[in-house]
Amino acid sequence: MEQYFIKFSLLILFLPLAAFLVQIFFGRRLPRQGDWVSIGAIAGTLILSLLMFASMLTSYNLEFSKSASFTWLDMGEFSIRLGFLIDNITIIMLLVVALISTCTHIFSLEYMAGDIRYSRYFAYLGLFTFSMNGIVLANNLISMYIFWELVGVSSFLLIGHWFEKDSAANAAKKAFLTNRVGDIGFFIGIMLLYTAIGSFAFSDIFEGVASGKIAGTVLTLAGIGLFMGAMGKSSQFPLHIWLPDAMEGPTPVSALMHAATMVAAGVYMSVRVFPLFTPDALLLVAYIGGFTAFFAASIALTQTDIKKVLAYSTVSQLGYMILAVGTGVYTAAFFHLLTHAMFKANLFYGSGSVIHAMHHALHEKGDHKTDPQDMRNMGGFKSKMPVTYWSMLISTLAIAGVPLFSGFLSKDAILAGTLAFAHHNPTHLLLPIFGFCAALFTAFYMFRLIFLTFHGEPQMPELIDNIHESPKEMTSPLILLTSLSFFIFYTLPYMNPLSSHGWFTELVVAKNSFVPGSISAKEIAEHAHHAHHVAMYISIAVAFIGILFAVLMYYRKILSSEKWAEFFGRLYYLSKNKYYFDENYDRFLYQPFFRLSNKVAWLDWDLYDKYFVNGFGRFTDWLSQVTGRFDFEGIDQGLVDGTGRIADSLGSTFRKLQTGQLQNYLLYVTAGLIILTIIQSF
Amino acid sequence: MDQLTNYLFISSALFSLGVFGVITRRNGIAVLMGVELILNAANLNFVAFSRFGGMNLDGHIFGLIVIVLAAAEAAVALAIIINIYNNLNTINVDDASSLKQ
Repeated sequence: MEQYFIKFSLLILFLPLAAFLVQIFFGRRLPRQGDWVSIGAIAGTLILSLLMFASMLTSYNLEFSKSASFTWLDMGEFSIRLGFLIDNITIIMLLVVALISTCTHIFSLEYMAGDIRYSRYFAYLGLFTFSMNGIVLANNLISMYIFWELVGVSSFLLIGHWFEKDSAANAAKKAFLTNRVGDIGFFIGIMLLYTAIGSFAFSDIFEGVASGKIAGTVLTLAGIGLFMGAMGKSSQFPLHIWLPDAMEGPTPVSALMHAATMVAAGVYMSVRVFPLFTPDALLLVAYIGGFTAFFAASIALTQTDIKKVLAYSTVSQLGYMILAVGTGVYTAAFFHLLTHAMFKANLFYGSGSVIHAMHHALHEKGDHKTDPQDMRNMGGFKSKMPVTYWSMLISTLAIAGVPLFSGFLSKDAILAGTLAFAHHNPTHLLLPIFGFCAALFTAFYMFRLIFLTFHGEPQMPELIDNIHESPKEMTSPLILLTSLSFFIFYTLPYMNPLSSHGWFTELVVAKNSFVPGSISAKEIAEHAHHAHHVAMYISIAVAFIGILFAVLMYYRKILSSEKWAEFFGRLYYLSKNKYYFDENYDRFLYQPFFRLSNKVAWLDWDLYDKYFVNGFGRFTDWLSQVTGRFDFEGIDQGLVDGTGRIADSLGSTFRKLQTGQLQNYLLYVTAGLIILTIIQSF
Repeated sequence: MDQLTNYLFISSALFSLGVFGVITRRNGIAVLMGVELILNAANLNFVAFSRFGGMNLDGHIFGLIVIVLAAAEAAVALAIIINIYNNLNTINVDDASSLKQ
């Protein structure tokens, strides 16, 4: 079957694009606004991805890799080749994208029913899936960059789906612009690599790095440049600010893009280019990732908007993945990407289901002021929405890192890698501390979310009778993804709940870094293996401590949350206000930038345009008036018309001679003859 | 006064009268008469040169030819004038201008 992989990939890539084109041009005219076109296309990609995945499992080839490329641009010396690279990582990622995208499509059928731009919404989902698959399949940096930007565009379009709301339009702009900052770094990184190596293809770049064509500081800078792209897309500190705002988009979109796939693009890219990161670059990556994991988790502790909690949780989990890349256990990062995609998408669908129910209940009551996303208005939904409750609870157990669930396996692998890294580089003890603190916070805030939403007394008792479980379109993705939150699927065929050993670890094995002098993948794996048990015990312990705190505070209410908030004082307010990041960016970045822009605009408008450009215009105007008068009055009226007038007057004078009377002519002849005779006679 | 110059004076006077008649007359027949005067002035010259110059009989023969020619010319010209009169009801040569424009 492997010989069909390239064709399959082409179909996987272009089916969603075809759906996009059909939807954007004909969507409104099709029956049911054409949602079946999108569903059909995405189901096609899911089937093809599953086929490829099944083929990967049956052949069980660790070294499997297949690529195809073609020349896209040929200008003599300079040519760009685009192409596909299909290996085990690609196949797994394709399946993740196709699966989550399919779930989102199905979920949206009900969630977006009756939306004014229903068909366009599905069109954009298609565009996004196309772009994301493009990133996943790319075998070179330039096509990855192209699709990278396309993902940015589709994200912009989907976040701003309800662009009538200012907040949504602004969030879309913010996401796009923040991503641009990272993308500039990405592009610089690509260009650094290209100037040194002369190719965009991963294989050529790795060869170039291994042979020392690019080394030292330049390579570090190139690596950091590429990583900046990942920071933007995967919303790492300090470019994390766009992701929480991106929750303005429809919730299924949040699940698809801002939790499971698009934000994972940065991690995926880091995993792809991992072998070229120098130790210095990796250290920066690790610290950014670790800090993001810790810091975002600490914000999530105090948020009250259900989607904001999940958004910061996503930022924090992405920080984990980046931390794993930085500490060298990049397959663990990819593993966490896989498990996280399932349970985080599920959590978002769950929150979507809750918001949907709240929205309808509020709508029936005619209440349009209450925020349907605020957890302080919920409570006691457990019996009303059992499917949503159980699926969210199981995903929460997964993300909190409780054994028997998928998140435990991948998080444990990351923490083990981090611990091993700190063990061998004792100066970087901060990294595992960040990691374990984030794990503690995660367990706490996720259970806080569950208890506030589903347990306790209803905060708005008048609503509770109108809260209903969501329809099948919404619950079926929940059930599917919930089942994928269990450990079994990731540890087949061994099924040891405490070890991630399974098909994944056997099919995705870390490669050695191509940077000369780097620590080998085998050593990293051994170190991580040694740290495995310690990491496991600590992470189980912190998870349970976090859950215990949440139980005491929000379920049994033994600890008062107000008192604890008071106890932490300033820290509490810092977290609640997201460390004043938006405010400080506004004060120290945007406002000075606006002032600078105003100054520059003054230079441009009031000085350059007014005096120079307009002055030049006035001068030209005057000059052309003068030359115009010269031309009209001098040349046209004087010379040109003058010639005509002279000819005219001469003609009208001489025409009097031409009488047509022979006798006159004879008279002239005679007169002439006489004159000639007289002249002659002298 | 049997001098050549006398004949030549009379001949040129006749010629000038003929030309004057041709130029000034509006009547077609008068114009024709002017032409006859010019021809006869020439005839007079021929005959005079035949008598006093070296032309001998040649001058006479030319004179006879011119008379015949004048007769033929008069016949054709009178026919034209009659036709003009038939068509235009006048023999004023200025009115015979229908080819003009």
